[in-house]
Amino acid sequence: MSIRPKWFDQWNKENPTNLKGLVILGFSLGAAVFAAVLIVGLGSPAPTDSMQTGPRGVAMYVPEFEASLRRGDPTVAGFVTSEPIPPQPGDPLARNAYDNAEPLLGDLTVANYDRLVEAMRAWTGIPTLFDGEEETYQTVVARRMIEMTRNINENWDIHVSAYGENGVTCYTCHRGQPVPNNIWFRISPVNEATAGWSANQNRVTMASNFTSLPSDYLETFLLDFERISVHDLEPRVQNFPGDPLIQQTERTYAFMNYIAGSLGVNCTFCHNSRAFYDGAQVTPQWGNASLGIQMVQELNADYLIPLADVYPPERLGPVYQDPPLAACRTCHQGYQRPLEGLNVIANWPELATSSGEYDYSAFE
Amino acid sequence: MIMAYFEYQNIFTQVQVQGPPEMGMDNENRMAQERTSGATFSTLIGWIGNAQLGPIYLGWAGVVSLATGTLWLNIVGLNMLAQVDWSIPEFIRQLFWLALEPPGPEHGLSMPPLNDGGWYIIASFFLLVSVMTWWLRVYLLAVDHKMGKHIAWAFLSAIWLFLVLGLFRPILMGSWSEAVPYGIFPHLDWTTAFSIRYGNLYYNPFHCLSIVFLYGSTLLFAMHGATILAVTRFGGDRELEQIFDRGTASERAALFWRWTMGFNATMEGIHRWAWWFAVLTPITGGIGILLTGTVVDNWFLWAVEHNFAPEYLEPYGYEAYGSYEGFLGREVGE
Repeated sequence: MSIRPKWFDQWNKENPTNLKGLVILGFSLGAAVFAAVLIVGLGSPAPTDSMQTGPRGVAMYVPEFEASLRRGDPTVAGFVTSEPIPPQPGDPLARNAYDNAEPLLGDLTVANYDRLVEAMRAWTGIPTLFDGEEETYQTVVARRMIEMTRNINENWDIHVSAYGENGVTCYTCHRGQPVPNNIWFRISPVNEATAGWSANQNRVTMASNFTSLPSDYLETFLLDFERISVHDLEPRVQNFPGDPLIQQTERTYAFMNYIAGSLGVNCTFCHNSRAFYDGAQVTPQWGNASLGIQMVQELNADYLIPLADVYPPERLGPVYQDPPLAACRTCHQGYQRPLEGLNVIANWPELATSSGEYDYSAFE
Repeated sequence: MIMAYFEYQNIFTQVQVQGPPEMGMDNENRMAQERTSGATFSTLIGWIGNAQLGPIYLGWAGVVSLATGTLWLNIVGLNMLAQVDWSIPEFIRQLFWLALEPPGPEHGLSMPPLNDGGWYIIASFFLLVSVMTWWLRVYLLAVDHKMGKHIAWAFLSAIWLFLVLGLFRPILMGSWSEAVPYGIFPHLDWTTAFSIRYGNLYYNPFHCLSIVFLYGSTLLFAMHGATILAVTRFGGDRELEQIFDRGTASERAALFWRWTMGFNATMEGIHRWAWWFAVLTPITGGIGILLTGTVVDNWFLWAVEHNFAPEYLEPYGYEAYGSYEGFLGREVGE
C-alpha cells in the first residue's frame, strides 16, 4: 500500500524523467573536480622550476621542466678524461720517441702524448686520428682545430670560463661525432623567383629554426659583421641613413631566437624585454653573449673559413660548397653552459695554451 | 524538468524556418533589378543563422570588388607558388610560412622590380580597389535600403587601420618596405618586429586605448549575447514588442543588470555601446600606428620621458638570486 496519492504516481508515469544527461554531467563534473583536487594536492604532473634573472614582477626568469633538469645533458657522461702525468726530467718526448708524432704535440712527453691522442680519438669519434699513417684531410683539420681550441682556452677564457673554469676541448663541439652536429652552412636565398628582402625568409629551414623569420642572420651578423641593432635610441624621430629598420629588427629577432634556442633559455635570460636594447636593463649574461658573438666571428674568420680547400666535397655545404662554420649552438647544444658547466679543461693543460709551456703544477 | 534545463543549453540556433523562400521586396530604388532570382535552403547554415541562402545583390561595386579581390589573392598565391618552384606539395607544406613581401627599404617609394616587391605593389593596388569598392557597396546598399550608414562607417574605421598600415604610414615613412607582408606567419613576424623596432608598442598610449576598446568589445559582446540568450526562453531573441512591454524578456534582462550593477543599458543603448567600442578599436589603433616611426621612434623612451615607465632597483642577472648549479639541482662541491 502506497501512501502516495494516486495522481502522483500517475503523473510520474506519464512524465518519465530522462536522467542520462544528468548522470553524464554529474560524472564529468565529478571527474573534473577530482582532477583539479589531484593537481592542487599532489602538484603538477609536469612540474617546472625557474631561475630568476632580474627584478621581481617583470617576468625575468628562465623556466625549465624539473624532469629536464634532473635528466640533464646526456652527453656529459660521454666525456672521456684522465689526469695528466707531470713530466719528470729525462722523460722521453713524443717527437723523439715516435717517427710520425704530430708536430703540434711533439713537445709532450710520450705518456701525455698518448693520453691526449687517445682522448681526442674518443672526443671526435675518429679512431685513426694522428695514428702516424698517411696524412688525410682529417689530420690537417685536426691540427688547425687544436690551435683553435688552444686559442679559445687562452684568449677567450673570459667567455668560456666566465663562471669558473670550464674551458673547451674537442668534445665541446664534437660530442664523439667526427662531424659536430650543430655546424651551419650558408643557404640564403631560400626562395625561388625572388630577390632582396623577399628572398631570404618565409621558409621552413633549420637555420630559421622553423620560423618564417630570415634564414640569413648567421652569415649577416657573423660573417658580414653587420651591426646587431634594433632600435633608435631617441624617443623622437631622428632617422639617419643606416639607422635600423624593421628588416634589421626581424633579422636580429631571428638571431636572438637562435641564441635562445641554442642556450635553452628565453629573452629574459639576458634582456628586460620591455626595453631590449637598454644597457642598464640587461643581465651580465648579455655581456658574456656579446663576447661569445665576437668569439665565433673570430673562429669562423681565422680557423674555419680558411679550411675551405681542405675538406672533401661531402663535408661542404649543400648550396655553396662552403666550409662548415660554428656559432652558439655548436658548443652550447641547448644548455646555458656547454655540458652543463662541466670543467673539461682541468685535466688538459696541453690544450689550454699555445705557448708550448704546459702548466702541470696542479697535478704535482 | 531535466529536459527543460537542457533545452536552453545549445551551441546552435534552435529555430529554423524552411518554406517558400522569402524573396524580399522592390522599392523605388529598384533594388530587385540586380538581385539574383534563385534561393535555396540549407539546414547547415540554419544552425548559425537564417536557413535561406540567396537571393544576393551584387551590383557593379560588388563585381569590381570580387574581381580585384580575386586578382589580389591570386597574385599572392602565385607568388608563393613561384617561391617554392611551383611545387604544390611544398606550397601546401609551407603555406603558413610563405609570403608576398613588400619591397626592400632600398627601393623607397619607387616601383621595385617584380621579384623584389613589385608584385606586392600591384597586388596591394588591387586589394585597395577591392576593399574600397566593397565599402562603397555597403554604403550604397544602405542607401537603397533607406538605412542609416552605421555599418559603412564602422567598416570604414577598420579600413582606416588598414590604410594606415599599408598606405598612409609607408608614404609618411618614405618607403613601401614599411608595409605589412601578405603571409600567415610573416605578418605576425612583422607585428612583433614592429613593436620591438619602435621600443615596445605596449608603451604607446593609443595602443593601450585600442586594447581597452578591443577587450571592452569582447566583454560587451559577451554580456549582450549572454543576456539575450538567457531570456530567449521568454522570447527575448524576438525583440519586437519585448522592447516596450512590462514583464517581458527584455525588461527581465534589464532588471537583471540594474539589480546586479545598479545600471543597465537599454535595447538601443547596448547597441550604441557595442558600435562605439568596436569602431574605436581600429581608430585608436590606427592613430597609434600612424604616430609610430613618424612622430615617436621609441615608445619606451617616450614613456620614460613622460614618467610612466617604472624604474627597477633590484639587480639584473641570476647570480643575484641563485646559481646555475642550484637551478640544475646540484650545489657546487656536491
